[in-house]
Amino acid sequence: MHSNKYIFIYSAVMVVVVAIALTIVAVQLKPLQDINIRIEKMQNILASVNLVTTPKNAQELYTKYLKETLVVNEKGDLITGVDAFTVDLALELKKPPADRQLPIYIAILDNGEKAYIVPLRGKGLWGAIWGYISFKSDFNTVVGTMFDHKSETPGLGAEINTREFQQHFEGKKIFDDKGVFTSIGILKGGAKPDDMHGVDAISGGTITSKGVEKMIRDCLVGYENYFKNPNKL
Amino acid sequence: MSSEQLEKKEKDPMFSAKVVKLLKNPLNLENPITVQVLGICSALAVTVQMKPALVMALSVTVVTAFSNLIISALRNTIPSRIRIIVQLVVIAALVIIVDQLLKAYVYDVSKKLSVFVGLIITNCILMGRLEAYAMANKPWPSFVDGIGNGVGYGLILVMVAFFREFFGSGKFYGFTVIPKAFYDAGYVNNGLMILPPMALITIGIIIWIQRSKNRGLIDN
Repeated sequence: MHSNKYIFIYSAVMVVVVAIALTIVAVQLKPLQDINIRIEKMQNILASVNLVTTPKNAQELYTKYLKETLVVNEKGDLITGVDAFTVDLALELKKPPADRQLPIYIAILDNGEKAYIVPLRGKGLWGAIWGYISFKSDFNTVVGTMFDHKSETPGLGAEINTREFQQHFEGKKIFDDKGVFTSIGILKGGAKPDDMHGVDAISGGTITSKGVEKMIRDCLVGYENYFKNPNKL
Repeated sequence: MSSEQLEKKEKDPMFSAKVVKLLKNPLNLENPITVQVLGICSALAVTVQMKPALVMALSVTVVTAFSNLIISALRNTIPSRIRIIVQLVVIAALVIIVDQLLKAYVYDVSKKLSVFVGLIITNCILMGRLEAYAMANKPWPSFVDGIGNGVGYGLILVMVAFFREFFGSGKFYGFTVIPKAFYDAGYVNNGLMILPPMALITIGIIIWIQRSKNRGLIDN
């Protein structure tokens, strides 16, 4: 039987050794992990304008297509001195709407057209969902979308990160004929083929689908002023 | 002693009949899932698709093998009153290291597994093998025992994942294998296969088949 003193010393030494080992591992691997996160963000942004990338060529393609980034506020005014790429949307959404810094990424596509990419973030059924949505220079017609999720149900809500779901958004409009912000609805039972503001929901993934709908509406509403009057800048 | 003799002396106990048995037994007669009924929780969670199941199996194998090795090497110094705590610290540290390595080198896989890697800590196989084997045996056999049990666990995981992915989404390792003509003819994927209850039923069927072949496993 070991004495109490032995047990205390044993546990103290063990904790210190393990702590040092874990610190070394974490510090050593941090740069590699940060690069992965950065590359993933670039891939996600490019995916929203329908460009397929691999982790290897993401950086190169990002510099090729992404020519400009902006940060605006809710009134549609430009905020200077902030790098759009480093804005953490999760933190911004916790602030009151007037204080938010809203990033916009501008890509020049192969056909020479500009695409305006807006980041999205919201809640699904089990956890966070996020994505990017891109618009033509009319700030109304969708070029493409990209969604991903933390922990939606595989085969059901998790389908939002598939191409099959995302491609339905192409060509949809977020403003109606009178210029009123209507966003894009995700409709259970399917959208009519001529519905410019609606796409089909995922069967069995209703709550996740509704989460995507709410995310798009909530995130885009902050950009409304800028979208209606982009030349103010 | 010549180098040849030295090599022979080292090799002999490395893969003795006893050690080979440690590797083989968990695959069938002492399978951690179907016979020892350990690690069921993660077997339900990560078997929707083949790929996460394989990576999970690999991670569990690595962690079981090394935690067995470390605990076995320390077994004579560990005060018995805090042995469970020591085991947990070793397991938790290894799991964190595996998680960090996955994030740094196979980022896309680590995204899929994010929650489940943390769940390795609570995997009953680890504590089970540490208590039942590593605390009483030498490092090398313990290491092999860890690999054997990890592989035995992985075998069942991959089998379950195969059936769930095939019937649940018509895919094999992410590739669609059920031709479009089947769907056009009215075939639909079985959504129930994706949900956890079917994992339990699939494991039940595997246990049934295994026991009907090995009568010795049937309880009286």
